[in-house]
Amino acid sequence: MRFADISQAVGRTPLVGLPRLSPPGYEIFLKLEGHNPTGSVKDRVASFLIREAERYGHLQPGQRVLEPTSGNTGIALAAICRVRGYPLTCVMPENTSEERKQTLTMFGAEIVLSPATEGSNGSVRVAREMAAADPEVFMPFQYGNTANALAHHETTAPEIIADLPDVTAFVGGLGTGGTVTGVGKRLKRWNPDVKVYAAEPEYGDLVYGLRNLDEGYVPEVLDLDVLDGRIKVDSLRALEAARRLVAEEGIFAGVSTGASVAVAIRVCARLPEGSKVVALSPDGGWKYLSTGAYAPGDVKEIATAISGTLWA
Amino acid sequence: MAVVRIPTVLRPHTGGEARVEVDGATVGEVLTALVADNPALAERLLEDGKVRGYVNVFVDDEDIRYLDGEGTAVPAGAEISIMPAVAGGAR
Repeated sequence: MRFADISQAVGRTPLVGLPRLSPPGYEIFLKLEGHNPTGSVKDRVASFLIREAERYGHLQPGQRVLEPTSGNTGIALAAICRVRGYPLTCVMPENTSEERKQTLTMFGAEIVLSPATEGSNGSVRVAREMAAADPEVFMPFQYGNTANALAHHETTAPEIIADLPDVTAFVGGLGTGGTVTGVGKRLKRWNPDVKVYAAEPEYGDLVYGLRNLDEGYVPEVLDLDVLDGRIKVDSLRALEAARRLVAEEGIFAGVSTGASVAVAIRVCARLPEGSKVVALSPDGGWKYLSTGAYAPGDVKEIATAISGTLWA
Repeated sequence: MAVVRIPTVLRPHTGGEARVEVDGATVGEVLTALVADNPALAERLLEDGKVRGYVNVFVDDEDIRYLDGEGTAVPAGAEISIMPAVAGGAR
C-alpha cells in the first residue's frame, strides 16, 4: 500500500479472529485500530473532523484548531494538523500522564490544563470557554460533531462488511459514542438483524469524584437508539480480558479493548450459536504501560490500585 | 434483597453508605424503597417517578434502558448500580 502522505494512510485495519477466547460455537473477531498511523481508531475521526471542516469552509488555511482531549484524538489531530499546516491546542485534565503530554508536545500541539477534579468534563468546559472567547479558533468538538460518527459509518463499518459479510453483532466502547453510532447504523442498514452492544467503562470513584449527577454529560454524537444493550465493565474485568488477549491470542491491546472483548464474550450467551461477533480494539497497549496495567503481579490488586487513573 | 451501589456524589444522602440493601422485585420497586428510606435521594434520582436522563441504572452490569426499564426484574442478590453519565476519558 502506497500513500502520498501519512494523512492518507488511515483505515483498512486488520480484522483478526480470536479462536482461543471465543466461547465454543461462536467466533469473535477483533478490528485492530492500533494499526492506524498514530496508533488508534482516532486517526479515522481526526481525518473526518478536519476533512469535513475544510469541505464546509469551517477551517481556513493556517487557522488554529482547539479540542478537549488528553488522548488518542489529540495525538491523531496533532499529526493531521501538522501535515496540513494547522496549529493545534489540546485541553486536558492536569493529571494527564507525562507520556501523553510529551507525545502531544512532540507533535507540535500546545497544551492547556483543566482542573483534575473535573475530569474530561472539565476539559470540555474550558475548551468551550476558550472557543467562545476567541472567534479565530476552530473547535471540531468530537463529542458533538457528526463527522465523528460519519468516519465510522463511511470507513470502519464498510471494512467490517467487506471482511465479514455475515457479521451478527458488533461491540464497541462507549466514549464519545461515535464508534457504536456510526458503525452500528451502517451495519444495521446492511442487515437489520445485526445487534450492537456498547461496552461502558466503569470508572473508579476518583474519576467520578464528587461530580454532580446534574452535570452528567451525554455526548450529542451518541445515538442511544442504535444500541441493543449497554454493559458496563469494571477495571478488573477489562484488565483481565486485556491480559488474556495478549497471553492467549498474542494481541497487546489497551484496556478499552479488554472491556469490549469481555462484553463480546458475554453477549455470545444471548446470540444464536454460530454467531460472528466483531469487537473493536481502539488502540494497542503500549501507551498504558506507565499506568502499571500490565505490570507483573496480582491483577486484582493492580486493578484496585489503578482504577482511578486507568481510563482517564 | 438487592444491593444498590451508591455513587460518591449521592453518599451524603445515604449516611455515607456506598452499598445499601433494598427489597424489591423490579428496579422501580427497589428505587421506590430506596428513596423511601433516603428521601433526599428522590429529586436526585427520579423525575415524575422515572429515572432521570443523566442517571444510568444497571442491573448486574446491564443498562435497564435496554432491558425493561423500571420494570426490569431484580433477581435475588442482584447488584444495582447508579452511575452518572460521563464523557469518555482517553478517547
